[in-house]
Amino acid sequence: MKLNKIILSFISAFVLLLSTSVTSFAKVVGDKIILGSAISLTGKYSSNGVHTQNGYNMAVDRINSMGGVKVGGKTYKFEIIYYDDESNPKRAAQLAERLISQDGVEFMLGPYSSGLTKAIAPVTEKYGVPMVEANGASRSLFTKGYKYLFAVLAPANLYLDVAIDLAVEKNGGKPVTVAMAFEQDAFSQDVRLGVLEAIDRTGSKKVIDDKLPKELNDMAATLAKVKAVKPDVLVVSGHTKGALTAIRQIAEMKVDVPMLAMTHCDAAKLSKQHGKNSQYALCASQWHKTLTYKDDFFKDGMTYDADFKKLFDYAPPYQAAESSAALLVFKDAFERADSFDKVKVRDALAATNMQTFYGNIKFAEGGQNVDKPMVLFQVMCDGDNCENKVVAPTKWASAELIHPIPSWSKR
Amino acid sequence: MKNNNIILYAAILIFGVLAPFMLPAFKVQLSILCILIVLALTWNIQGGEMGYNSFGNILFYGLGMYICASVQVGMFFPLAEWTESGGEKTFVHSPTQFFQGMAFGLLAAAIIPTIVAGLIGYAILGLRGHYFAICTLGLGVAAGEISGGIEIIGAGQGFTTPPFPDVGNLESRGQFFYFLSFVVLVLTFVAVKSVYSTRFRLVLNAIRDNEDKAEAMGIQTMKYKIIGWMISAFFCGLAGGIMGGLVGYIDSTDVAFDGREMGVFMVLMAILGGKGTLWGPVIGATLFHLFKEGFWTYFLGWQYVALGVLIVVIVIYFPEGLMGWLREKYPEKFGEVVDEADRKAQVELK
Amino acid sequence: MDLLIFQVPILMVQASLDGILLGILFALIAYGMALQWGVMNIINIAQGDLVILGGYITYFMYLSGIHPALGVIVAPAIMYFVGVGLYKLVINKVVDRDLFISILATFGISILFMQLMNFAFGADVVLANSEFGTTMLFDNSVTLPNSKIFSAIISIIFAIGLVVYMKKSKLGRAIRATAQNARAAKILGVDTEKVYAATFGINAALCGVAGSLVAITFTIHPYMGLPYTIRSFMIVIIAGLGNLPGVAVSGMGLGMFEEFADYILGTEFRIGSVFLLLVLILVYRRFKLSKKREYLK
Repeated sequence: MKLNKIILSFISAFVLLLSTSVTSFAKVVGDKIILGSAISLTGKYSSNGVHTQNGYNMAVDRINSMGGVKVGGKTYKFEIIYYDDESNPKRAAQLAERLISQDGVEFMLGPYSSGLTKAIAPVTEKYGVPMVEANGASRSLFTKGYKYLFAVLAPANLYLDVAIDLAVEKNGGKPVTVAMAFEQDAFSQDVRLGVLEAIDRTGSKKVIDDKLPKELNDMAATLAKVKAVKPDVLVVSGHTKGALTAIRQIAEMKVDVPMLAMTHCDAAKLSKQHGKNSQYALCASQWHKTLTYKDDFFKDGMTYDADFKKLFDYAPPYQAAESSAALLVFKDAFERADSFDKVKVRDALAATNMQTFYGNIKFAEGGQNVDKPMVLFQVMCDGDNCENKVVAPTKWASAELIHPIPSWSKR
Repeated sequence: MKNNNIILYAAILIFGVLAPFMLPAFKVQLSILCILIVLALTWNIQGGEMGYNSFGNILFYGLGMYICASVQVGMFFPLAEWTESGGEKTFVHSPTQFFQGMAFGLLAAAIIPTIVAGLIGYAILGLRGHYFAICTLGLGVAAGEISGGIEIIGAGQGFTTPPFPDVGNLESRGQFFYFLSFVVLVLTFVAVKSVYSTRFRLVLNAIRDNEDKAEAMGIQTMKYKIIGWMISAFFCGLAGGIMGGLVGYIDSTDVAFDGREMGVFMVLMAILGGKGTLWGPVIGATLFHLFKEGFWTYFLGWQYVALGVLIVVIVIYFPEGLMGWLREKYPEKFGEVVDEADRKAQVELK
Repeated sequence: MDLLIFQVPILMVQASLDGILLGILFALIAYGMALQWGVMNIINIAQGDLVILGGYITYFMYLSGIHPALGVIVAPAIMYFVGVGLYKLVINKVVDRDLFISILATFGISILFMQLMNFAFGADVVLANSEFGTTMLFDNSVTLPNSKIFSAIISIIFAIGLVVYMKKSKLGRAIRATAQNARAAKILGVDTEKVYAATFGINAALCGVAGSLVAITFTIHPYMGLPYTIRSFMIVIIAGLGNLPGVAVSGMGLGMFEEFADYILGTEFRIGSVFLLLVLILVYRRFKLSKKREYLK
């Protein structure tokens, strides 16, 4: 019957298509070490996905041009295969499977965001594929006993608890009242957990605890409550959108808080988009160009910042810096392992102890970087010219924290 | 004719059973394909046969996903602590626990959404046309948003499903999920096919063609509508449960109640293949999956542009889908009797 | 359940005002949705993306140094042609068909637009600063950003302007005639093709205005369109087609409901409760009608 013939021919075409689309990359092709990566080129994380990709690419170019990677007496160059995870965890997991089983990749670079990393980690762990990730900070990634996951960044719960401690310190050591607004995603909720722990630790009190849906770009209700309740600290974390919305509406609604602590300020280009309105905001950052860490490839933070600007025409947010660092870690591990065997490379990664322009890197059992503290910077303005100045920890501070924030009526 | 059919089914079954061994690198892709076909087949019961375009079948899919994982974890460990594990606790399932949990989880994932469909069916299926479509859309989105606020199932941080235990070799996980999805696919197909060969299908079609007349003829349309929805809910729940285990990480709006992607795709797949037919959704889902994966590989960054164009083209030029188009060209193959004189007369009118 | 709003009653004023101002903006988008639904029998899923596109037009004006408030004039002008172009390319092929087909076709267009905007404008979240300042009421405990007040006023102006245009102008009457009975209108000499194109263009222009207001008041991003689409057709469904004052009232009601839900149920349930409300309203209507042995048309 014609119908059945049609159906059978579909099946054969299907099989043919599948078999012709098998590409085989394997771990090393010629003199290239292939790294697989999930990147958010589309979807809600696309802006940070691009920062991550730029960071990866800049590092690959730099390392390749400076002698590449030496393994077993030969010199190799890095090459990255990118797939678009569409900012969707299901897609990311599928992509990881595809890279590993279909494309034969044996080493992975992480995606942007904790949620996507959480989706990919079980896959790389199952196949024993070492993954160095630079943008997934959720603490839950490091409590699962993953052996093949290595994160160069400090975990999410460390982002803003320093701010609470600072507030208590400025309050003469007495507990403070804290209002919080966090977006409903893995990363922000983890930052929240860190803040909650700091609150417990210092005996402080949480007076507002709002969870913002991912599609929401209006925080007026939360801010109205903040005005009514008058907390000592307001903490906001919602990726780039959250930072932009918060600053705008805080300025518009003239919300007075003695301390405002946020995440993703530099990715949001706060000082550029909001100018004076973003003044006095405290921002958690994984890295700042004025920190004095050094390495042989990027020299130091200021040089990295200048080089990145030349290549991509904008100042690198920390998302880009930490992505570049990931490549440095891989290079170091390959050379120490002197092999491309996954287990040997994994063991070499676990033994990492190095300094990069981004910071010190040393991995704990769970995979997180225990040697690089977060910094807190404050947006300080001189007339219309606004800059980010590091205010904590004091070892790296280039300016003194301004506290409390002057009220809007006086600005 | 019967013999040809049996050969066809046998061929597909054999291919299905051997696929993970012939194409080991594609196990996950094939599992996802099976799940997509299940979703398209069940959507067709409402959309194609009954004329009720539902954007809310994703509700059952998402429910199934959360329920399966929750049961699988909750049977052995305290659920709140599993998900609150942004914290320090990690629990590991032994192989028996994993499979037992999965079995009960899938059972619950199938039954509970079915009950839900039965309960809300009377209210929701009383709406018609685009009101039904939008109401179900609202249901799907509301479910996603609300589940994103419920702490015990992970809320914003998502729910990592239990990792596959250390049995067999590297291929085992892929094979397990593949066979699970393939078996569910076969069950769904058999169920749908047998339902279609009974009076039930005729009643659904009558509802689609003119619900008021059907009622006037004495058919208890509401009863049939609800049963149809419950059948869809049963298999969508199963599909969701399997997908949750396959992906490994459940996010309320991006993975579970994925209205804007899965929810709409199930509609598109059925239409692409031809709604109102048995094989239409199957072919539609297969083609759709192939296209989507092809775009993703070769049009990096542009895959959604290609997808958008494809959707517009399908909807405008092939709204009856592939099967519909074939039906027009070869109506005899579909069992329709064509009167030659009548046909010529039609042609001349043009 | 958070009862703060009852403990500090002034917050109820804040919530109501915020809700009404927000709702008026939604109502504008809903108006466009109702227009094309009523005239052309099309449900446009890409509505929110047209809004965002309008927002980008204003954003670029802001970048070039022009005050973004002028966007409410420039954006609709440009978007009108975008709408007409879209109609001639795609929409005219779905007009005569089933409503459901239009949902799917515009869904495809929505996906396309989101991606094209992503490529054209980059994926950053952006906004346009209007520097309008803030209005403080009740001894500074109720603050209303003037951009929100501006949004409401502009929306009302455009809405009224459109109503007047539809009543008085030749094109407006042609549109209304086509909405009532397309065939009859055609026979009587109305160029329905032109009417449809103009209607879709007007809808796009309305979205352009709304988009400019969103860019000034909130933030925009290529993937932020869908919530606007969904809210706008919720409003149309609740108000019922052809019920213009209903659209305004439903819009404001929805805005207020959202704000109050935010305070009382918690921000995490804000959007979910809005959709649940939609479901409940539809179900309620269904039961009411079924008593009369009727159903929603």
